[in-house]
Amino acid sequence: MSVSINFRLLSLIWLILPILQNQAVAESEDETAWNKSLKKQFFSDRTIEEDSQTINISAPYRAEDPALVPIQITSLFPQTKDHYIKSITVVIDNNPVPFAAAFLFTPDAGRADIATRMRFNAYTYIRAIAETNDGKLHMAKAFVKASGGCSAPIGTDIDAAMSRIGKMKIKLEADKVQLNQPNPIQLLISHPNITGLQMDQISRMVKPAHYMDEIRITFNDKLIMSGKTDIAISSDPNFRTFFVPEKSGDLKVEIKDNLGARYTFSQSITP
Amino acid sequence: MRKPLITPTLAIVLMLLYVSQSFAETLSIKEVANGIFVHQGIHELPDPNNKDEIANIGFIVGDSCVAVIDSGGSPEQGEALKNTITATTKTPICFVINTHVHPDHIYGNIAFKQPNVKFLGHKRLRASMSARAPYYIEAAKRDIGLMLTPDNFVPPDIAVETTKELDLGGRTLVIQAHPTAHTDNDLSIYDTKTKTIWLSDLLFMGHIPVVDGSLNGWIDEIQKLRSIDALLAIPGHGPVSANWPLCLLGEEAYLRVLQTEIRAAIKSKQTIEKAIQTVGLSAREEWKLFDQLHKKNITTSFAELEWED
Repeated sequence: MSVSINFRLLSLIWLILPILQNQAVAESEDETAWNKSLKKQFFSDRTIEEDSQTINISAPYRAEDPALVPIQITSLFPQTKDHYIKSITVVIDNNPVPFAAAFLFTPDAGRADIATRMRFNAYTYIRAIAETNDGKLHMAKAFVKASGGCSAPIGTDIDAAMSRIGKMKIKLEADKVQLNQPNPIQLLISHPNITGLQMDQISRMVKPAHYMDEIRITFNDKLIMSGKTDIAISSDPNFRTFFVPEKSGDLKVEIKDNLGARYTFSQSITP
Repeated sequence: MRKPLITPTLAIVLMLLYVSQSFAETLSIKEVANGIFVHQGIHELPDPNNKDEIANIGFIVGDSCVAVIDSGGSPEQGEALKNTITATTKTPICFVINTHVHPDHIYGNIAFKQPNVKFLGHKRLRASMSARAPYYIEAAKRDIGLMLTPDNFVPPDIAVETTKELDLGGRTLVIQAHPTAHTDNDLSIYDTKTKTIWLSDLLFMGHIPVVDGSLNGWIDEIQKLRSIDALLAIPGHGPVSANWPLCLLGEEAYLRVLQTEIRAAIKSKQTIEKAIQTVGLSAREEWKLFDQLHKKNITTSFAELEWED
């Protein structure tokens, strides 16, 4: 009996060994995709500095839910007319669609910060590349262990998300805004953001992609931030950013999805 | 290259030995009430060692039919459960009831797939299996070392819309399809003969509850479950049986802590990142796998509760 148990243990180890080896490979923090093709694809031969004076990116090293990974990109200096971040491009190396989003900021944003929730389909780097108004590129990156977020089921609340599609909320940190300084805002947008990668394995049908691809935030018709977004943004997209009000007025959010539907929402802001 | 310790030929021989041994493999079971047999799972995350064989699974024996309740976390465990049933009773297996879509409850399905065996599930189980299969197949390969195909997801032949009575001969099971709670496809099984309510993952004990449907929906459902006239409950994770309805208290308390503290976090305009770090820590000592699964519960529930008002 004891002999047969040993045999079984040995054969088990034999069976498991390749799995362990695969895991070791998957867990290495590989940058091949970026170095070989993505960098060139998005920025051709431009120099990208990995300095620590422009932006930071923070993401959980091990994601709790691959379909909803909170990401924060923080600028390290305030937006002024003379020195500001023009754009931040977000790339997730090993996602099926590596382009996650690109945000354009004006000096009127006050801070070029953006926080959102994203889907991760593999162990991968996420990188944020900021372009400053002098035309230089600066990159920050973070490694995230998550997988299956893009093909993951969209959650059980897809019916709820569809029934309230286009509904938005704007949340201010405080009840009143502070004039002439950066105020944090949170935008909640209800949209199922279907990736088009969620294959119905039994009927062999893929649920067609249906996701938000543009966002635009204005205050009294003055542009604060605009963005192009792709399927890496989680269902019910959520964004936190900043704006600087110089008086009371209307904060307006406009979004468009890949099917061409547009939704707008505005909220009056008083100091 | 180093000389391998085991040559490929020897490995095949060893594997054959292993496979031939597994044929007769059975599971430890306990008869918790007359004719109701439960195999107790373990409080672990799925991994290559436990092969996702972690849930409480079992069967109910009538005069003419056996109903399997959840088939196990791997095809091998499904086989072992089948062997256990044949070793326990001569009554044929007529039904496999899948209480919900999670892998630890359905990956044994393939072992029972025969023309005379009918599979039962929630009306939303088929859609949920379809949506999750590609993701689950990949996760099974990566996390458990289990190679699956779409055939492993045997969808239900009989979809339960609201309730369905199942006659096993001399005993009737009442199967209830629940609104979204633990998942969006939860079934419970009530045995009228022994007044036993098999709740599967609508009830977690010891193992931290996992929110993969709706936090609010689950709390609401617990209120309705409480009125069931039962003597005994069978949780999906925890002991093989428990006192009814006292056994609901721990799970309900945890879910209410999540609900209360996440609502407060949203009201005070906390970020999801902050909530993930701070909500519900008082419950940490009470639950196994808290560190592994609690943050996921917060993440899922936060996204749900944000849209409450």
